[in-house]
Amino acid sequence: MKSAVIFFPASNCDRDAKTALTQMTGKAPAMVWHQDSELPDVDLVVLPGGFSYGDYLRCGAMASQSVVMKSVRAHADKGGMVLGICNGFQVLTESHLLPGALMRNAALKFVCKPVGLEVDETQSAFTRHYSNGQRVTFPVAHGEGSYFADEETLDRLEGENRVAFRYAKGENPNGSARNIAGILSEKRNVLGLMPHPERVVDDVLGGTDGRALFQSLIENLS
Amino acid sequence: MKARVFITLKTGVLDPQGKAIGHALNGLGFASVGEVRQGKVIDLELSGNDQAAAKEELKAMCEKLLANTVIEKYEIELK
Amino acid sequence: MTKITPEMVREHGLSEPEYARILTLMGREPSFVELGIFSVMWSEHCSYKSTRFHLKKLPTKAPWVIQGPGENAGVIDIGDGDACIFEMESHNHPSFIEPYQGAATGVGGIMRDVFTMGARPIAMMNALRFGEPSHPKTRHLVSGVVSGIGGYGNCMGVPTVGGEVNFHKSYNGNILVNAMCVGLARQDKIFLSAAKGAGNPVVYIGSKTGRDGIHGATMASAEFDDASEEKRPTVQVGDPFTEKLLLEACLELMATDAIIAIQDMGAAGLTSSSAEMGDKGGSGIELDLDKVPQRETNMTAYEMMLSESQERMLAVLKPGREAQAEAIFKKWELDFAVIGITTDTSRLVVKHKGTTVADMPITALSDEAPVYERPYTERAPLTGEPAFDKKKNVLESLKTILASPDMASRRWVWEQYDHTVMADTVQVPGGDAAVVRIHGTQKALAITTDVSPRYCRPDPFEGGKQAVAEAWRNLTAVGATPLAVTDNLNYGNPQKPEIMWEIVAGIDGIGAACRALDFPVIGGNCSLYNETNGEGILPTPAIGGVGLMKDVSKMATVAFKRSGDVIILIGETKGHLGQSIYLREIEGREEGAAPKVDLGAEKKHGDFVRGLIEAGRVDTVHDLSDGGLLVAIAEMAMPRGIGANIGIAGLPDDIPFWFGEDQARYCLAAPFAEAEKIVEEARAAFITVAELGKTGGDRLTLDDKSSAGIASLKEGFESWFPNFMSGEEIPVTN
Repeated sequence: MKSAVIFFPASNCDRDAKTALTQMTGKAPAMVWHQDSELPDVDLVVLPGGFSYGDYLRCGAMASQSVVMKSVRAHADKGGMVLGICNGFQVLTESHLLPGALMRNAALKFVCKPVGLEVDETQSAFTRHYSNGQRVTFPVAHGEGSYFADEETLDRLEGENRVAFRYAKGENPNGSARNIAGILSEKRNVLGLMPHPERVVDDVLGGTDGRALFQSLIENLS
Repeated sequence: MKARVFITLKTGVLDPQGKAIGHALNGLGFASVGEVRQGKVIDLELSGNDQAAAKEELKAMCEKLLANTVIEKYEIELK
Repeated sequence: MTKITPEMVREHGLSEPEYARILTLMGREPSFVELGIFSVMWSEHCSYKSTRFHLKKLPTKAPWVIQGPGENAGVIDIGDGDACIFEMESHNHPSFIEPYQGAATGVGGIMRDVFTMGARPIAMMNALRFGEPSHPKTRHLVSGVVSGIGGYGNCMGVPTVGGEVNFHKSYNGNILVNAMCVGLARQDKIFLSAAKGAGNPVVYIGSKTGRDGIHGATMASAEFDDASEEKRPTVQVGDPFTEKLLLEACLELMATDAIIAIQDMGAAGLTSSSAEMGDKGGSGIELDLDKVPQRETNMTAYEMMLSESQERMLAVLKPGREAQAEAIFKKWELDFAVIGITTDTSRLVVKHKGTTVADMPITALSDEAPVYERPYTERAPLTGEPAFDKKKNVLESLKTILASPDMASRRWVWEQYDHTVMADTVQVPGGDAAVVRIHGTQKALAITTDVSPRYCRPDPFEGGKQAVAEAWRNLTAVGATPLAVTDNLNYGNPQKPEIMWEIVAGIDGIGAACRALDFPVIGGNCSLYNETNGEGILPTPAIGGVGLMKDVSKMATVAFKRSGDVIILIGETKGHLGQSIYLREIEGREEGAAPKVDLGAEKKHGDFVRGLIEAGRVDTVHDLSDGGLLVAIAEMAMPRGIGANIGIAGLPDDIPFWFGEDQARYCLAAPFAEAEKIVEEARAAFITVAELGKTGGDRLTLDDKSSAGIASLKEGFESWFPNFMSGEEIPVTN
């Protein structure tokens, strides 16, 4: 599997994504600067976490307008895989590659802690290696991760089985609608999620629940 | 030309910050305060002096970047 | 030229003798700009004039010290060509005025100190001290400071991995915000600030200069009679986005060989950075202020030289490398300008709009800055064993202590800090020391900050020793070899002889402990004049310690991990209740002698415990400090809800045993067979050791008589902070 990690000014989980991808795939991803208009020939594009443009205006808003996002959109339109983590998820909603928006946490505070999630949908290239309803723990680290969409969109997401991850009962850290932690695009080739799977691929860091996400992708793409 | 853009959350979108502000104001003894909604103000300086064209351009700016129309609405004021 | 009046001199914080000295050094009356430059360079903050004489007594050398005090940060050798660069600095006053921005810019400043030396910051710590919880300002300050630290550090993508939060009424009008940054570099890629050689371009990098934080004294001065609204000094506002770009751009430039010297613009911005670079390099510097990127219009030379705008750096490049450097900064969308040149005159020359506004010998700003041996009044340490009510219920007291402001869980705080970004945080906040892995290796750094101010007022010397000993113990307790410290000395007004005594004795105590423990001081910062209503804060010499772990898989944590482990107490317990948490929280008194620190015992016990961890024989260790033995055992039980059945036969008094704060002690838990061996080995080494009981169940049981549920202890422990802060969420918008 060939992958690329896009980095924007003040992305800060680009190295974490690179480390996890290298560890899981055995190959270092291409690192792509936001001003590059061309994407290398890859199977997976990762939009990493961070504070692109300082989270100024709105999280992900300015990054969504960058040159490279045109290529990311084209990649997605062709059916290529796109994974947006945390700030990457925010960039994806701001780019309308995923529906809805991510708003300030209900408690108004940045929150960094491990949270329990349920894998709600295993029929996707991102989640195949999990079992349905499997309980996993990923850390979250965000100030604006409260998923919002109108009722119709939420119904549609659920009706089309596009909610990939949900916060487990009592674990919703940000007030997200219907406990949504991560969603798939209509064509199921774009996943955005607030929790960080790339921070849980190494035992010494307190967990390996994120590995199955990368294993699913590897199996699907090689 | 100077323009001012007001960006606020759409009606019905939860505004935890507005809620906290309202709560704090009540706590300070401003008992008359009911619902509070917060937003942002962006001041821009524009070249040229065609008001109509500027308005159109500002609208495009809002749609493209300044507001997220999934959750926000905007108003434009030209001075 | 502006005539300098005695009033201006006073407003610049310079004494009459100091001004007389300036006249001698200059051989003429200084210009207004020069006066401003003297005032900041000779300030306590930049010159350490009250403490320098005493700081010289601290041990600063060891075979593994690459750079001691005097640079932006200290540097130690951590093997394999790697270097660890760290420093701690205070931002007390700005944080009291504007807690969010004050704390945020404190974090930004200390990060720049570390990356200006070529290191990528890999961990942040902070030591925070607030007024009593009931004080009307406290909650607001806690909320602002914590979100400011998080707001800046989280955006930078550097994990904030721990620290301290204390409350005491002596901080009611003067909180302390001390931030520590730890970075990693290659030993052959360390950058210093010595601007050696003449004819090299001086370049300005980062944000534009505005009127941020210019000393308030300027407002009243003659030059600003017609000062407009615009000219008011403003609170410094941090821009972590720009700092993140500055970090990446600087590291990219540092990967080339274009840099001769580089220095961040911290306090007194352009003035101190240029003077220090010239001073260290033995060269002169000539600046042309017209070339300085400016954010505001009509800035005067005085304002530009004294501005404390954030996220700026000054560098000296090899001639001809300007274009290469500029391309890097353009890529990162940062300002870049050649604003001067190094000379061989050893003078700082500043030009603005075609005239020379300052021309002064650099040594006048550094070597010739005043050094004071301020008078001090020695005070005998408090002595005596305080009385206590022997009938108080031990477990009830434990519950109260665990839910008290200074002892309750700090989860509310550290969950607002991204402590896992960079994917190398092996030990998260809440343990004895934070542990971050060195990327791509099995090595790790352990980091802690410590001081017990309540010991430092009754006994500044022992308090200073204890701060170092506790830092050393915390690093040891996770299995690291303690290597070096940075000290952040927070005290009151040094011109009061009784405060000066606290400073002198504190430094002596720190020195004694650092020498005995082979734990040199490689950097630090002094913050004086911290007072509330004319009364000094508790002396607070915060110690930031760093240790190295060769194999992170051997790391110990405080949590009980298995049922049936034997609980072992290492070190002697006399039951010292003076100045203890128990006495304060249960008896309501701050009395008696501070505990004495036996540095020989510290070393012996610590080395023994570390040896066990390194050999992979124990994985459960906790240092004993605030609150004493029973609090430590509760802290070991709560993380995984594993209880313990403990007791000791023939105690004369149980309260001092369970809550005394005797030093040089550790609590361990190990499976039976291993525990037996450990006890035997300790005895053979003449180390006081006791078996206290076994882990298991979900209760903490004392002497088979009384018990408390771990869940209920945890409930109180976890709920104090959120309850205290509830309703204090501040809507911050960026």
